[in-house]
Parts: sequence; C-alpha cells; structure tokens
Amino acid sequence: MKKTAYMGLAVAAALILSYIEMLIPFYFGIPGMKLGLPNLLVVMILYLYGWKEALAVNVLRIVLNAFLFGNMYGLFYSLAGAFCSFFIMAFCKKIKVLSMTGVSIAGGVFHNVGQCIVAAFVVNTVQIFYYLPFLVVAGAVTGLLLGTAAKEVIKKMKRET
Amino acid sequence: MKKNDWLLFGSVIVIACIILSGYRMFTTKGTYVEVVRDGVVTERYRLSEDIEVAIETAYGINVLRIQDGYASVIEADCPDKLCVKQKEIMNAGESLICLPHRLVIRVIGSEKETEIDAVAG
Repeated sequence: MKKTAYMGLAVAAALILSYIEMLIPFYFGIPGMKLGLPNLLVVMILYLYGWKEALAVNVLRIVLNAFLFGNMYGLFYSLAGAFCSFFIMAFCKKIKVLSMTGVSIAGGVFHNVGQCIVAAFVVNTVQIFYYLPFLVVAGAVTGLLLGTAAKEVIKKMKRET
Repeated sequence: MKKNDWLLFGSVIVIACIILSGYRMFTTKGTYVEVVRDGVVTERYRLSEDIEVAIETAYGINVLRIQDGYASVIEADCPDKLCVKQKEIMNAGESLICLPHRLVIRVIGSEKETEIDAVAG
C-alpha cells in the first residue's frame, strides 16, 4: 500500500515538474531541446522500486501531461523519447557499469536520440539529424544534473525514514 | 559520480564536439531555401531575395520570411510554435522544423545534394 501511495506521489511530482519546465524559458534555438525535469522522478523510482514501477510512472506522467497541458501530437513524440531513454536506463542499471548519475546521463542522451528519430520519420527528412550533436550534449548535461539531484534526494529520503 | 559515469559523459561530449567542429569547418553559406512537405521538396527560394510566403500544408500554415540572407518562420498556427522560436538560419544543412505540420524548411548550399548530405551526416 505504501508503495502505491509513493508512486502516486511520484506521478504528481513529475506532473508538477513538467509544468515548471514549461514555465522556464530554456531555449537556444535548437529544435527539441528540453530540460527533462520529470525524468528526475523516473530515475528515482527506477532505483527505489524497479523498472516496472518506473515505466508505469513514466507512461502515466506523459499521458496525463499531454491531456493536461499539451496536445495529442506531442504525446507520441514524447512517448518515443521516453521509451527510448527508459529502456537504455533500465539496461544500464541492470549491467551495473554505471552509477545513478551515469544511468541518468545515458537516459538524457537517448531521450534526444529517440525524439530525433521519430521527428525524422514524422517529417520524412533525415536532415534533422544535423541537430543531433547539439541535442546529445544537452541531454548529457541535463542528465548529469538530474542524476546528481536524484541521488541527493534519495540519500535524504533514506536518512529520514 | 563514479569513474565510468565520467567516462560516459566525457566521451559523449568529446564525440559531439568533434562532429560540431566538423560542422564549423565545412559550413558553407547557403544559396537556396527548400520547403519540404512530408519529405517532398515542393518549393525552392533564393536566400538572397527577400520574400515572405505563407506555406500551406494539410495541417496548417507557416509563414516563411527570407530577409538579408536569413530564413525564419515568423508565424504559424501549430500548437507548439517551436518553429517560430527557432533561430533564423543561413548555413547549408540548417533547417527550420515544424513537426505538427510535417514541414521542414532547409538551407542548401548548391544544386549538388550529395555534397550537403556529406556535411550534414
């Protein structure tokens, strides 16, 4: 029961972070560049509970976010990025080569790779990959920051319980 | 952060920077602007001529402006307006992208497509 409550809390927190992300002007003129704040919760749940729980939180927050603030075209686009990033993170965690921060970095990078691939399919143009190096750097940096934050939050949570 | 994390982070940044410096070196000023709807090139404009055109697709309208050798989307009726927020483009390989309208407006260097693809890829 406690787990269900915590996961509900995580989805709610992820939705708030999606909203905060919309308010922050983080834009450098590169299409598809995003902070990816909600991924903080996905990384945390992945480490606190496991991949099934993290996947549930991930899908729920994206679908709810699309209904609350976004639009339906954006839904498939975000889902693609999220799935790509999620499976890489779950895999990286499983092989135990990386710590939480490293897993988050890999997730950030592959979120953008996934979105780029879907975008190329949507517009039927491979030239979009021109922007991939920019997006990969952004994904690595935000992944690093979010991974560090996730680690600190989990440390604090464990100390308090 | 462990050693492997730094290795991953470092190698990602280094590889991306190598590719980006490749862009720098091979960047050529564009001569044409191509409008690509759903993967098909439908119009071509000269970057040197100032124009303003409405591009209508089955999904909506984007207004393309070419001014002083730069191309930008100044207006659109798509839900996210990311194409409008994008920086103006002028170099071969750069593109303005409107995902909801499945529209790409790209700058190309010359008639030779292969040359551009080599730079972009």
